[in-house]
Amino acid sequence: MAKKVLVLVGTKKGAFVLESDAGRGAWSLRGPFCETWPINHCLADPASGTIYAAGGDAWFGPAVWRSTDLGATWTHSSDGLAYAEGEEPIKSVWSLAATNGTLYAGVEPAGLFRSDDGGLSWRHVKGLRDHPTRPKWEPGGAGLILHSIVPHHRDPGQMWIGISSAGVFHTADGGETWAPRNRGTRAEHVPGEPYPEIGQCVHCIVMAPGTPDRLYQQNHFGMYRSDDGGQRWESIESGLPSSFGFPAAAHPRDRDTLYLLPLNGDTKGRFVPDAKAAVWRTRDGGNTWQDLRDGLPQENAYFGVLRQAMATDGLDPTGVYFGSGTGSVFASASEGDRWTCIAQHLPTISSVETLVVEA
Amino acid sequence: MAAEPAFREPFPDAPRVTVHLPAVLLNLFPGAARSVRLRAGTVAEAMAALDARWPGMRDRLCDSRPAIRRHINVFVNEERAALATRLTEGEEMLVMTAISGG
Repeated sequence: MAKKVLVLVGTKKGAFVLESDAGRGAWSLRGPFCETWPINHCLADPASGTIYAAGGDAWFGPAVWRSTDLGATWTHSSDGLAYAEGEEPIKSVWSLAATNGTLYAGVEPAGLFRSDDGGLSWRHVKGLRDHPTRPKWEPGGAGLILHSIVPHHRDPGQMWIGISSAGVFHTADGGETWAPRNRGTRAEHVPGEPYPEIGQCVHCIVMAPGTPDRLYQQNHFGMYRSDDGGQRWESIESGLPSSFGFPAAAHPRDRDTLYLLPLNGDTKGRFVPDAKAAVWRTRDGGNTWQDLRDGLPQENAYFGVLRQAMATDGLDPTGVYFGSGTGSVFASASEGDRWTCIAQHLPTISSVETLVVEA
Repeated sequence: MAAEPAFREPFPDAPRVTVHLPAVLLNLFPGAARSVRLRAGTVAEAMAALDARWPGMRDRLCDSRPAIRRHINVFVNEERAALATRLTEGEEMLVMTAISGG
C-alpha cells in the first residue's frame, strides 16, 4: 500500500502540515492552523491518526487542539487542564506524548496532565507536583516547563519526563511517585556540587527504539546516553563541536543511531557553529560522530533549532527533519546524508514531528 | 443575534444583561454570537452563563485563580471590571482583547 508522510510543524504562529508521498521528494504546505496560536508541540497519535497541537495564547490561555482529519478541521479543549484555585495558573502547554490510548501533556509552570478521551478532557497527574524537591525547581530560559515526555511503550506504569531546569524524573507507578534520574549529568549553573540530585537543565530526552532502558539526553551542559533507564548517564559529547544544543532524534529502528544538532554555546547567540548548519549523527551509541552538511546552508546561517524541532520518520531509509528558529524546514530522505529545504519563511519553529499514513 | 445552542440558564432569576464578545473569540466557538443576552448578577455569573452556551468559553476568558485573564479586559459601564463586579438589569458587559502580541 502506498504511503504518504506528514511533517507536523508547530510554530510561534500556528501549526502547519507538510505532506509528501513516500519518496519525500516534493512537498506541499498547509496552514496556519489553530487560529495562529503559539504552538509549542504538534504531533500525531500513530494509533488513531489524530493530530494534536499544544500551546498557549496570550489572550485565551492554554489548550490542546485536535484534528481527526489530518489537519483539515480543528477543535480545542482545556477542560480539566488547570491547577487548583489559588495556584499560579497554567500559561501554556509545552509538550505532548501519545501512548497506549492515553495522551500526556506537559505544561508551564511544570506539571503533567493526562487525557484518556483523546484530548477532550484532562486530569492532573498530581504526584509530580507533590515531589518534595518541587520548591527547589528553577525555571530555565523558556520558563519552568515540562517537556520530553517519554513513555515506556511496554510498561504503562513507567515514564520519564524532563523539566527545565529541575532535571529528569522517572515514575514506575503511573505517576504516583517520581524519582530524579540525573546521576552523571552536569549542572554547571548551580554553585557547589557539580552533580546534584536535581537542578539539571535538561533540554531533550529521547528513547532508543525497542530498548526502553536506552535513553539519550541533550542537556544544557553536555550530551548523554543511559543504558539503565536514566539511573546513570554517560557523556557522549566527545567529537561534537560543542556541548550545547536543544534537540535530539532517535533512529526508528537502530538503537545506536542518534541525531543531534549542536549549537555554538549558550552565550554566543545559540547559532549553528561557525554559521554553518550541520546535523551530527552517531551510528555507535555516541562513541563517534559524523557531521552531515550536504544540502544545508554553509555560510551565514545564524539560526538555532529548538528542543522539539527535530524528528525522524518510520520509513526505510528513515527521513530526518528539523525546523529552524528562522522558519525553515530541512528534510533528508537518506538518513541524514543529503538535505533539502522543504519550507521557508514560516514563523519561528517550535516543533517538528512526523506521521506516516496510507495514501 | 445568532441562534443560541440548547443550554440551561445557570442563573434564571438574575438580571437580564447583554454581553458583547470580541470577534477573535468567536473563531474558537463556531456559531457563537457577537452579542449575547443572558442572565447574570455578576461578571463571574456572566462567564458561567457563556460557558453554559458554549462549553469552554469561560476557560478562554478566565484563568484558574480564578480571575479574568491578564490580557482580557471586561468593561461594565465603561469601567474596568473584575469577576466580582455586579451587573444590574439591562446592563451591558463588554469583553475585549488587550493590545498585545508580537
